[in-house]
Amino acid sequence: MEIKSVDKASLKMLDKAAAENISTAWERLTQQQPQCGFGELGICCRNCNMGPCRIDPFGQEPHEGVCGANADTIVTRNLLRMIAAGAAAHSDHGRDIATTLYEAVQGNAPDYPIKDETKLQTLAQECGIPVEGRSAREIALDLSGLALDEFGSRKGCLQLLERAPQKRKDLWAKLGITPRGIDREVVESMHRTHMGVDTDYVNLTLHGLRTSLSDGWGGSMWATELADVLFGTPQPVKGRCNLGVIKADQVNIILHGHEPTLSDIIVFAARDPELLAQARAAGASGINVCGMCCTGNEILMRHGVPVAGNFLQQELAIITGAVEAMIVDVQCIMPSLPQVASCYHTKIISTSPKAVFPGAEHVPFNEHNAMETAKKIVAMAIDNFPNRKPERVSIPNEEMQYMGGFSTEAIVEALGGSLDPLLEAVKSGAIQGIVGIVGCNNPKVVHDQEHLTLTRELIRNNILVVETGCAAIACAKAGLLLPEAAAEAGEGLEAVCRALGIPPVLHMGSCVDISRILVVASALANALKVDISDLPLAAAAPEWMSEKAVSIGAYAVASGIFTVLGLAPPILGSGNLTALLTAGAQDVVGATFAVETDPQAAAKLIVSHVGQKRRALGL
Amino acid sequence: MKEVLIKPERCVGCKSCELACAVAHSRSRTLAGALTEKPAPRKRIYASQWESRKFPLNCRHCEEPLCVRVCPTGSMSKDRDTGVVSHQTALCLGCGMCELACPFGVIGRQAQGNIIVKCDRCPELEVPACVTACPTRALLFAEAGEILKSKREAVGEQLFAQAGNS
Repeated sequence: MEIKSVDKASLKMLDKAAAENISTAWERLTQQQPQCGFGELGICCRNCNMGPCRIDPFGQEPHEGVCGANADTIVTRNLLRMIAAGAAAHSDHGRDIATTLYEAVQGNAPDYPIKDETKLQTLAQECGIPVEGRSAREIALDLSGLALDEFGSRKGCLQLLERAPQKRKDLWAKLGITPRGIDREVVESMHRTHMGVDTDYVNLTLHGLRTSLSDGWGGSMWATELADVLFGTPQPVKGRCNLGVIKADQVNIILHGHEPTLSDIIVFAARDPELLAQARAAGASGINVCGMCCTGNEILMRHGVPVAGNFLQQELAIITGAVEAMIVDVQCIMPSLPQVASCYHTKIISTSPKAVFPGAEHVPFNEHNAMETAKKIVAMAIDNFPNRKPERVSIPNEEMQYMGGFSTEAIVEALGGSLDPLLEAVKSGAIQGIVGIVGCNNPKVVHDQEHLTLTRELIRNNILVVETGCAAIACAKAGLLLPEAAAEAGEGLEAVCRALGIPPVLHMGSCVDISRILVVASALANALKVDISDLPLAAAAPEWMSEKAVSIGAYAVASGIFTVLGLAPPILGSGNLTALLTAGAQDVVGATFAVETDPQAAAKLIVSHVGQKRRALGL
Repeated sequence: MKEVLIKPERCVGCKSCELACAVAHSRSRTLAGALTEKPAPRKRIYASQWESRKFPLNCRHCEEPLCVRVCPTGSMSKDRDTGVVSHQTALCLGCGMCELACPFGVIGRQAQGNIIVKCDRCPELEVPACVTACPTRALLFAEAGEILKSKREAVGEQLFAQAGNS
């Protein structure tokens, strides 16, 4: 590939990396070439010790693994395991937030006060928990207990599925894919893919959909809702984005990973007057806390904290030479970080017992003494400031303003108290449809380019774009999250944005916050008394790489949303499964996947899909 | 003259060479495209095994090829300039004599019918597809002499390093 990124700051740091002989994900991808074709097609099975087995994709022997599993079985089992891993990651994150709330209200996590009592009450009422005359503490104890019970529920149906339109719930019940417990579906996925259990690719796929629904309408949704209770429901907020937010004269701390339990408290620890004084004594003018990836999104949404970049910029941030500490928890943290950091003074500080990185310093973080640990970590960064080598420092000057914080509640507020104006705009055609662009970066495609091209093309066609995760950061860096970006939108969308003072691309949060998109979609469907699959909606993951993205794509489709992937998943080795997911699923769940590597063509697919849905609704 | 040389001790039996070979001999030349082609493309290299040892094997493009000698139609021929033993499908009877004569078992057949397929050393590529695909460099595209030289150097290293004299 000739160009690695469309982001100038990243290109500058890649040049610096080359000059300093430091390898990044892009070089490691080159070293991995050629990548295994059996892996690409999903026709390699390592699930038992009679194998590993492979299927010849061109019809020669072998047609079956040692156990007799054919390509359909092997490919679908592998896909189900990817969904299960992705759902497990999101849902375990949700469990951690619920546990923190549970511990906080019992007095075991004193540094986590409830920040949004209104949301606590609304959620409690939704879940049938009495609120009259009860303290926030009592309500939160019941609510967090109920949330934790959802992981191993015996009720046979998850609580928050109630939010889905009745038609969708009936369809899930008819198909037998209503998720029963958040942990249960992941466990059952592992059981079914064990040697000699589920062999039928359709049956395996249906369970994959059920597992993904336990993420989207379960683990992820609880992660979002309870994080709002604990840390505050996001409201529109402005901040700055890209590597230029790293400051030459300050102690730079980058928070990277996913869970706001860690990052939110460090944002406050860094404002401690004593620590600020320590920083000044060390020769810095202040403490600059910046976010990275979804942790960045969590604190961006709630505090407007600067965001240094998205997934492929984690190594590049260190290569500026000006980062005193990168503090990580879980998910999407490249194992390469300690190696890259060892070329500079940067400390990588791991904090989760679930994610230990050889070469990093491990400071265990738990909710019981959160602020104390947070302060200790900030102090470690300050102590490291004098070790910075000025001759190795080069910070790109690119930074861009963004407006984020569009929780469902914030969108409703921006619309004047209800979703009606949005519905009217959709009905009138000013807004043709709503599309969620989500997901990661992947060095197999030009960094950020696919996100930006697709987003620009859609808003030009009067499609309101809602984003989360690394896709949202890509657009933040390009200025698309500013109200002024309305100028890039089509006439109808531009007018709506200008009237409301909102950007044409709404940042809805981290990857677990895709649940917010499901909530908005359900609300719109309920208002029109139709199913989600009837709405002019679509989803896209143009630069996806993680297993979480596979689970997200699956729950989007299972919820009735047409989903376009920018890179093919490892399923092409089974023609039957490929046909099921890209065509047959239409008659099962009312939505399909499509794979389109060209973002312009992906936009055409989506625009045509949205038009088709509008016509069917008589709009 | 460069040849596809084998370093059997490096082979892990991943079959990447087989896959790349079939794709290189497909119409689309891409993995995703080749999957749906009819007839399916065929590999001309074989990831093989003897007891626990794995090794890739393809046409050795023999100096005195037995397959050429037994071919009744001249479909099989040796190009003295490139060294490649090539096969012209149009002249092939599908009699299978070349398969019987080949001492290495690396002449195969098309997906349907008896017309044979064999390694053509990827005439359109600078480096044959199997060599490019090999993740462990068990396949090399080099002059035979280069390999011999590197082997002799390895012997030297062994001799002198062991003598503590390096």
